[in-house]
Amino acid sequence: MHPLLDDARRLAAYVAAALPLAAVVVLLLTRGPQALPMAAAAWIGGVLAAAAVVLLLPVWFVCRVQPFDATPASRLAATHGMGALVTGIAWSYVGTGAARLLDSGAGDPLPDLYRAHVPALVAGGALLYLVSAAFHYMLLAVEAAQRAEKGAVELAVLAREAELRALKAQVHPHFLFNSLNSISSLTASDPARAREMCVLLAEFFRRSLAFGDKGSVPLSEELEVARTYLAIEGHRFGPRLVVEEAIEPAGAACAVPPLLLQPLVENAIRHGIATCTEGGVLRLAARTEDGRLHMTVENPFDPDAPARPGVGLGLSNVRGRLRARYGDAARLEAHRTHDRFRVTLQIPVEAVG
Amino acid sequence: MSGETMDVLIVDDEAPARALLREMLTGVPDVRIVGECANGLEAVKSAAELKPHVVLLDIEMPKLDGFEVLELLDPATAVVFVTAYDSHALRAFEVHAVDYVLKPYRAERLQEALHRARGRLGQQRPEPAVLARAARPDGAYAHRVVVRDGGRVHLIPAERLDYAQAQDDYVELHSEGKTYLKTQTLGSLEAALDPAVFVRVHRSFLVRLDRIRSIELYAKNSRVAVLADGTQVPVSREGHARLQELLGEAG
Repeated sequence: MHPLLDDARRLAAYVAAALPLAAVVVLLLTRGPQALPMAAAAWIGGVLAAAAVVLLLPVWFVCRVQPFDATPASRLAATHGMGALVTGIAWSYVGTGAARLLDSGAGDPLPDLYRAHVPALVAGGALLYLVSAAFHYMLLAVEAAQRAEKGAVELAVLAREAELRALKAQVHPHFLFNSLNSISSLTASDPARAREMCVLLAEFFRRSLAFGDKGSVPLSEELEVARTYLAIEGHRFGPRLVVEEAIEPAGAACAVPPLLLQPLVENAIRHGIATCTEGGVLRLAARTEDGRLHMTVENPFDPDAPARPGVGLGLSNVRGRLRARYGDAARLEAHRTHDRFRVTLQIPVEAVG
Repeated sequence: MSGETMDVLIVDDEAPARALLREMLTGVPDVRIVGECANGLEAVKSAAELKPHVVLLDIEMPKLDGFEVLELLDPATAVVFVTAYDSHALRAFEVHAVDYVLKPYRAERLQEALHRARGRLGQQRPEPAVLARAARPDGAYAHRVVVRDGGRVHLIPAERLDYAQAQDDYVELHSEGKTYLKTQTLGSLEAALDPAVFVRVHRSFLVRLDRIRSIELYAKNSRVAVLADGTQVPVSREGHARLQELLGEAG
C-alpha cells in the first residue's frame, strides 16, 4: 500500500529523518528575543518531529489520487496549497498542545513564548508538506518508470518467444520422416532420385538453418528455401503437386523476416495438396505496390477432407510474427473459396540491410 | 492360421511409400499383396471387394483418414498403421490397431508387425463406433458420420443429420430425406456427437435439436417431436426432461 509502510528499511529511514527535524525545531525555538528554555524547546521539538512523521504520511495518498502528469496545474496548486496550509496549522497546534502540558500555572511565560514562534512553525509545517509531496511524486515517478521498464522487458520477451515458437514450428518433423521414407523407398527402385532427394533435403536444412540468426533476408532467398521444400514434396506427391510462380523482380529483392512464408507453404501442402486425390496447383506470387510488398500463397483443398490437426496454427504463428515486427503496418488476409485457399501478406517494402 | 497365405492391402497416398511397402513385402513367404490404394475411399472399397486379412494403413490421407477407414473395415480385418506421425499412436491402440509402424522403418519392423497381425487374425475388433469415439481427440465431437454401403462410402456431415433411430443392432440415419444403415448402437452414436446439438429424446431416437419444430402432447404423458420435414418422433418422459434442460439453457 503505502511505500513507506510497506518496507521496513524505508520506514526506518523516514523515522530517522525526524531527528534532524527535531534539532531544527529546537534551534528555532531557542533563538531570538522570545527564546524558550532548552528543556521546554527539546520537549516541544520532539513532539513536533513525531507529529510530522505521522502528519506527512497521508500526503502520499493525495499524490496518488492527483498524479503529477495527469492533473491540471491549477488543481495541483489548490490541493497542495490547501494541504500545506492545513498541515502547517495543525502542526503548530500540536506544538501549542505540547507547550500547554508544560504550563506550570498562571504567570508561566511559556505559552506566550511559544505563541511568538507559531507563524514560523506554520510556515515550516507547510514547507514540510510541500517537500513531502515533492518527495512522494518522485517516488511515484520512479515506480512508474520501473513498471514501464518491466513491461517493456516482458513485451520483448513475449515477442522473442513468439518468434522462437514460429521458427520452431517451421520444419515439421513429419516432413523429414516422410522424406526419409521416400528416400528409403527410392534407394532400391531409383538410386539417382534417392540421391537427388538427399541433396535437396540437405539444401533445405542448410538454407533454413543459415536463416536462423538473421533478422531479415531477401525474398528471393526465402523463395529458394520454399522451392527446395516443394521439390522434395514433389518427389513424394508426384504429379499431384504442380507449382506456379508469379514473382516480380522488384518484389524478390525486398527484405522479409526469414522463414516467413515457409509455414504457409507447408500448410498449402499438408492442408491443401495432400487432401486432394488429384492434387492441384500451388501458386506463389509476389509484387510491390505503393511501397508495400504483397505475397500470396494459394492452394486447392478438398472441402470434404477430414480436418487434420494443427489447422490454423501456422497462420496464427505468422500473424504473431508480423504483429511483433511490423505492428499495424503489416496485414495478413486468408481467403477461402469453395475449394481454394489463399493467404495474402502485406508488409512495408524494406531493402535488405 | 500360421503357414496360410496372408492377403495384404496397401493404403498410402504417396507413391514412393506404397512402393517401399511393396518392395519389402515382395518375397516374404505366405504374404500376398492383393491391392494398393491411394486414398481412404479407395481403401474401403477395395477392402470390401478383396477382403484382405491385413490392411497396412497410412493415417493422413485424402477423403477419409486412416481412423475413418478403420471404422468402416470388417472388424475381422487386422489393421497396421504405417505413418510418420507418432502423435496418433495412443489413439491407434485405443481403436485396436494391431501395430503402429513409424516411417521410415526397417524391413524387420514391418515383418514384426505382420507377425503380430498373423497372431491376431480372426479376432474381432470391438464395435466400430466405439472405436470411432476412441479415435477422436479429447473434447472434440465428430463433425461427420461415415457409413459404408457395400463398397460405397457415405459421409454425412453432422449438420445434415436430422435424426437417428435404433434398430436391432444397427442405427438408421436420416439425412435430407435419405436413410442410411450403420452397424452401431444408438448410444455410441450419441456419445460421438455433440450433446448440445443432438438429444436422445427417446430410448430409440436421437434428434438434431434444431430440426425440432414443435413438441406436441400426443396422449396423457406421451409427447411427439415434430421435425422440420413433418416427421413425428416419440419423446419419452426422460427425453422431454432433457429437451427442456437444453432449451432452457439455450435461453
